[in-house]
Amino acid sequence: MTSKITRRHLMASGMAAALVALLPRGAFALTDAGARALVDKVVREINAVIASGQSLGSMIGGFEGIFRRYGDVDLIARSTLGADANRASPAQLAAYTEAFRGYIARKYGKRFNEFVGGQIEVVGVSPVKSWHEVQARVKMTGEAPFDVRFLISDRSGRDLFFDMVIEGISLRLSERTEIGSMLDRRQGNIDALIADLRQAG
Amino acid sequence: MALALLVAACGHQPDPALTRGAPYDPYEQSNRINHENNKRIDRAVLRPLSQGYTAVVPDPIETAVSNFSTNISLPGAMVNSALQGNGVGMTSDFYRFLVNSTLGIGGLIDVATAMNMPARTNADFGQTLYAWGVHEGPYLELPLIGATTTRAAAGRVVDIFTNPFGYVIEDPEVYYVAGARVSKGLTARARYSDTIDSVVYDSADGYAAARSLYLQNRRFKVSGGRSGPMLDPYDTIPGARSGGAVSADFEDPYDQ
Repeated sequence: MTSKITRRHLMASGMAAALVALLPRGAFALTDAGARALVDKVVREINAVIASGQSLGSMIGGFEGIFRRYGDVDLIARSTLGADANRASPAQLAAYTEAFRGYIARKYGKRFNEFVGGQIEVVGVSPVKSWHEVQARVKMTGEAPFDVRFLISDRSGRDLFFDMVIEGISLRLSERTEIGSMLDRRQGNIDALIADLRQAG
Repeated sequence: MALALLVAACGHQPDPALTRGAPYDPYEQSNRINHENNKRIDRAVLRPLSQGYTAVVPDPIETAVSNFSTNISLPGAMVNSALQGNGVGMTSDFYRFLVNSTLGIGGLIDVATAMNMPARTNADFGQTLYAWGVHEGPYLELPLIGATTTRAAAGRVVDIFTNPFGYVIEDPEVYYVAGARVSKGLTARARYSDTIDSVVYDSADGYAAARSLYLQNRRFKVSGGRSGPMLDPYDTIPGARSGGAVSADFEDPYDQ
């Protein structure tokens, strides 16, 4: 008798959970304007780091801070590990995420000089599936402008970036390829991959 | 005729190269051999040559020669836009060609971009084949040419004949055009040197990295990601590219 009630309770709460998941996140939903404002804020901060004229090391540190504050690093790291994330222990996943964040900051931070004098202009925002895509054009002197899109989601509970797409090339998916190759090189040993990642970039 | 059959055979089926999630690369073994040879050629010839060229030739001249080469390719792009039924793209390339050939002194100065005119379509016959519903086909890395797909490679061959200038320009001038193209290539190799080196030489697997970047970028270009709404009566992927968003095909990483 009691078990029946329990089962019914379970079913009811399951239904409720499913309903909640189906509800549009109206009041808290990420809006076009919100996504745009977030991109503007990040672009301003990145420009400030580039214009500061600091040493490469401090610039990489500055970039890592921006990545940590505005990027969903946990999700990006997990997604670059692909299916292998499922067999990693929580401790491995945490160590991997930490190493991945430093690797990304070093790898892309040292390329920032190439964007000195460039201008990022937001040209539009569109909702895609559960996220927002902010479309921007980067204008560099003496070169044709190129297309950059920032993907922003609120599914982590906060409005955070989870990808950047340059001329159709997704940084997240490209890093998934790279991490996959690094893991192959180590015969799938995640600890060896983490050690490599701390040195890479 | 053979092409028409090829197009008909493809019909409206979703492109398996796009739906399977992993790169369609049945020729990986020979591609990797070509990749190693291309790297050797790059290290021995292309990279040093491009560095020497950039060091000797002043930047403004390099830019002017690249602009000239780009401008002279526009009529070919217009032919392809016409074949794709992309009237908007054809018209914007026409005005770009007109402005750069006159105000831009025969294409040496890219006045159109400075005037904020619409970006050039960059249409090629590989893209025309996409618009006609031909599937992407296997990934290829060819000697000297580099990353491509069977569809893009076939397009390159046809594009030798699509540029009207090919029929108009006489003997000595043909070499100027070819020379400008080579110069543009060297300039690009030098300008994007760090990027190219980091992908090809510093990646854990340079072949896989180049393949991933090429396919992502090529699919973006072919679908007209940058030129806004393009007429595409043969769109093979239902529901894709809605609202011009490039990430519409992505799986939601939060679902995993």
